Amino acid sequence: MTAAEVAAPSRGRGGASASILSYATLLLIGILAFAIRLFSVIKYESVIHEFDPYFNYRVTQYLSKAGIYEFWNWFDDRTWYPLGRVIGGTVYPGLTLTAGTMWWVANSLNIPLSVETACVFTAPIFSAFAAWSTYALTKEVKGVGAGLTAAALIAMVPSYISRSVAGSYDNEGVAIFALVFTFYLYLKTLNTGSLFYATLNALAYFYMVCSWGGYTFIINLIPMHVLLCIVTGRYSSRLYIAYSPLVILGTLLAALVPVVGFNAVMTSEHFASFLVFVILQVVAIVYYIKRILSPKAFRVAVAVVLTVGAVFALTLIAVLIAMVATSPTKGWSGRSLSLLDPTYASKYIPIIASVSEHQPPTWPSYFMDINILAFLVPAGVIACFLPLSDSSTFVVLYLVTAVYFSGVMVRLMLVLAPAACIMSGIALSEAFATFTLSVKYQIELPDPPAPQVAPVKQTGSGATSETSAATVAADLAKEKSLSEKGKETLRERPKRSRKKEKESAAEKSVAKKVSKRKASKVLPLEASAVGIVLLLLLVSFYVIHCVWAAAEAYSAPSIVLTSHTADGMHVFDDFREAYAWLSHNTEEDDKVASWWDYGYQTTAMANRTVIVDNNTWNNTHIATVGMAMSSPERQAWEIYQTLDVKYVFVIFGGLVGYPSDDINKFLWMVRIGGGVFPHIKEADYLRDGQYRIDGQATPTMLNSLMYKLSYYRFAEATMDGKGYDRVRRTEIGKKVFKLTHFEEVFTTHHWMVRIYKLKPPKNRLRGKNKRKTKPIAKKSKPSSSTKSPGRRS
Amino acid sequence: MASSTRGQALLLVAILLPALIAAFSEDNPTDQRILVLLDDLALKSSHSIFFKSLSSRGYELDFKLADDSKLALQRYGEYLYDALILFAPSVEGHLGGNLDVAAILDFVDSGHDLILAADTHTSDLIRDIATECGVDFDENTDAVVVDHINFAVEGESDHSLIIGDKLIESDVILGKGGIKDPVLFRGIGHSVNPASDLVVTVLSASPSAFSAPPNAVLKAPPALTGTSISLVSVVQARNNARILISGSLDFFSDKFFRSSVQKSGSSSRSASGNEKLAVEMSKWAFHERGHLKAVNVHHSKVGEKDEPSMYRITDHLEYSLEIHEWTGTEWKPYQADDVQVQFYMMSPYVLKALDHNGKGLFYTSFQVPDVYGVFQFKVEYKRLGYTSLSLSKQIPVRPFRHNEYERFIKAAYPYYGGAFSMMTGFFIFGIFFLYHK
Repeated sequence: MTAAEVAAPSRGRGGASASILSYATLLLIGILAFAIRLFSVIKYESVIHEFDPYFNYRVTQYLSKAGIYEFWNWFDDRTWYPLGRVIGGTVYPGLTLTAGTMWWVANSLNIPLSVETACVFTAPIFSAFAAWSTYALTKEVKGVGAGLTAAALIAMVPSYISRSVAGSYDNEGVAIFALVFTFYLYLKTLNTGSLFYATLNALAYFYMVCSWGGYTFIINLIPMHVLLCIVTGRYSSRLYIAYSPLVILGTLLAALVPVVGFNAVMTSEHFASFLVFVILQVVAIVYYIKRILSPKAFRVAVAVVLTVGAVFALTLIAVLIAMVATSPTKGWSGRSLSLLDPTYASKYIPIIASVSEHQPPTWPSYFMDINILAFLVPAGVIACFLPLSDSSTFVVLYLVTAVYFSGVMVRLMLVLAPAACIMSGIALSEAFATFTLSVKYQIELPDPPAPQVAPVKQTGSGATSETSAATVAADLAKEKSLSEKGKETLRERPKRSRKKEKESAAEKSVAKKVSKRKASKVLPLEASAVGIVLLLLLVSFYVIHCVWAAAEAYSAPSIVLTSHTADGMHVFDDFREAYAWLSHNTEEDDKVASWWDYGYQTTAMANRTVIVDNNTWNNTHIATVGMAMSSPERQAWEIYQTLDVKYVFVIFGGLVGYPSDDINKFLWMVRIGGGVFPHIKEADYLRDGQYRIDGQATPTMLNSLMYKLSYYRFAEATMDGKGYDRVRRTEIGKKVFKLTHFEEVFTTHHWMVRIYKLKPPKNRLRGKNKRKTKPIAKKSKPSSSTKSPGRRS
Repeated sequence: MASSTRGQALLLVAILLPALIAAFSEDNPTDQRILVLLDDLALKSSHSIFFKSLSSRGYELDFKLADDSKLALQRYGEYLYDALILFAPSVEGHLGGNLDVAAILDFVDSGHDLILAADTHTSDLIRDIATECGVDFDENTDAVVVDHINFAVEGESDHSLIIGDKLIESDVILGKGGIKDPVLFRGIGHSVNPASDLVVTVLSASPSAFSAPPNAVLKAPPALTGTSISLVSVVQARNNARILISGSLDFFSDKFFRSSVQKSGSSSRSASGNEKLAVEMSKWAFHERGHLKAVNVHHSKVGEKDEPSMYRITDHLEYSLEIHEWTGTEWKPYQADDVQVQFYMMSPYVLKALDHNGKGLFYTSFQVPDVYGVFQFKVEYKRLGYTSLSLSKQIPVRPFRHNEYERFIKAAYPYYGGAFSMMTGFFIFGIFFLYHK
């Protein structure tokens, strides 16, 4: 449907061909966005990636099997044992429903796709949609050329690729499309004042709410923009129409999503939108009254209303503050608070801080994730101020907030990516327009159609064929739009002016700008040519970087690992090996305990009940597992026994050098466990503030279950028997020890997953006499498992 | 209706019993084949009354010397015997056929029973077996239980032939009516692990007893004194294997069975209670008594028959099971008022005593708590002498479905009214605004 916007009737010179060209370009951009995300399938296999996607996949399987009502009411008794989880009421259903629908449609058309295939390719498909909506959004701001450039940029921006490669079946995959599309519809409504688009906007917002918790970004950003417009005196009826239906319809629709429910009206995240809604009504009334009253009467009315209104507003605010203050977190959820105060999570919520994607990003990650866009963005911001329109203030505001959020949480780099692409698209397209116009006016001033070919010849050397096509098309489209925009607005205005007089301020300003530029902004020919070449070099560098990022950096599924050494590629498929072992060798109802990171994968791949998983809704339960992992063997056994756990597994990278293993996560387990059970103290696990597992490690550390399960028999397995841990780069502290309450049942090929079984309670309880058993016990060691000295009560 | 099917089941058991008699099975928990290991084959005649009582009750006894090199408990992974009587206190190192402590314990851990007797000179092997079962013989190898007040006048002057009358009160272990006559005992004492709920002292010494080498001058207070000395103990392992441990081998002998007892300081003589005690305890140890089984565990919503795969919060449900007791010849309905069921999720949300109909059916009904999660029906029944019943059955409890809530709430009528009046008002206003000039 976004493509339909491009096909706006244009009767001018080359109008049809330009329109077809931009059509085709968009199609190519869509294909590019889809294709660049297939590296993971080609290099590895068509498999679901990482952790959360496995849960989404499992939910989608359930949806496709049981239907939507069963999904809605799904009480899952296989996670969070014994609490269970109400999946239907705690999950954002957008992604699942989308993929489920795609699967259903394909199957109804007799295309026998598996659910997994539908899930794997959902994100690439939606990134094509996201590229198209970015085009539409940018077109609303700065015309077709900027739109096409921005779409081409977002199609391959690494930040977005990292979350939407084939197999990365996560909420963000569809949410970024929903986000951009909602913003587009908002701007469209703002530019047209059409109630139709306002309704569509509310629906798009609904889809966003269904898809991702990040919808609060929309419901705060749009009010901010509305407020900005009001404050800067840009209030118009279009603004009113763009905002009021969105708040009312959007809130009603959002409340329909079970996971949001009454949060849509009860949490502080949404209050800003209501406050701005009230302000907007007041402003609308004031404008209305101003129009019907004489200036003098108006001044009197203002005085009266202000005094009465101030009293009301004060009481209202007092009540609101009192209500909010009664809640301990002041009505904000933990994740939102950590956005506003970046140190909040690390201070109070270790479970949020423990997730690496909730950490602030480093500077290189900006260069990695948005690359040259980081340098183009300021230029785009400047371009947005020349001239300032409602929609350009919006994208500037979007950019500024997104930059802030991305600085708080590396995960939110994803929100920044579209903003950066839009800005860079605008900057690039403006720059190209200036250069090509200069070239055009200097070479063949009297005959405009010819120079359209000129830039094509110059580009041939630099970029890969795809992008050069895209940028050339962008150039062409830009020229077309620039030359045409004036006429178009002039032609359309009489039609609309009957209904909405204040309309198309943006278009007018664009038209003004064109004429101004024609007169003054002509650069010398050589400078223009050099500029074009340099820009193309820059863009081609971006393309090379993006393709590299897509192929090498972001395509690894993390469930299968590879390493390249001199003697070829090694594949580490230990995770699936372990999950397959669990599913084939354990009972259907057995409970498997592990750190929460692996919960989703265990339920989805091994089909076994887990104690905790990646939906970290119950801190106490996670803390219990953390406590068990940091306790000595005996206590841990008792804790697991109360949870009916049969198997425990740990991820161990010490043999092959896999750094994100459980020993490296162990301090978080201690912290999270200690947050609820104060007898677990982080200091007991640190020697002089240092986390170590070598001979200097504390006894508490060496006796903890995590250490024991990770390093059991490890020294025997290393070549020289010294127990050299390749991740920590040290010899382990305690090499020879026995397990009394756990027995090793399976260790994968590279020792990355080690599965242990809890021994059952002893059949007999031993007496106290010990002395004499020893010679006999030694003799009978191989056959006896009951010889352990510890007694149980 | 349930009773008739149960009747049929019992009939079936009765018909099949002869066929099943050859092997230990769930339907006949009593042991069949017993291996008796002796130090000396002379014990076979000196303890003949005890062995005769066993064989007259249908047991196949297989007498072997403890150091018989062809000794084997199992062949091809199958145990050849259901129970073991170890009357070989002096066997050293390991038993014949390389059977060591671990082999004996594995025998017990796979659900078989054991009677073990020690004597004044007991080898480390026997002591270790006892220790592993939770019974600690006095570590002083020369010590025997001496009692200068409650001794039998027939014995030697060292007063090591003592009289025990402190018996546990349990009809299940000692049989109906208990043991009235005094019991003769000559051997070593032991203590039981106080932390263990598996081991129970049947016969303990009197307060004046102590465990020390006889006729020796004591330089330090003895390790075991008074009633803390256990003379005969029984152990029921978690898998319901039963172990009887006696500190005296003579306790089972014909001589003790037949002799009359005169307690020091008293003039009356009475028959010894040894025979009855030994026979009754062997009945218990070989599962002729005190063996329970729970069958037909059933739960359903009130008024329904089928077991649901999941309950909803606030459902009303029924829970029932049948418990039968083995009498040595047949299964009889168990009767007790103290069987409880828990509806358990990390802690019991419902704890209820089960009613019974006198025919072995235990039942109750209750309401599922207003908490969802994965619950368990748990029956943990542990009574002295009886095999422990430990049943648990997992059942998830889900919250309301979206259409199980009340559709119209009375208290919300004003709000419904508000919404509908608003809609009507807006509709009228719309018409007025659009078409009124």
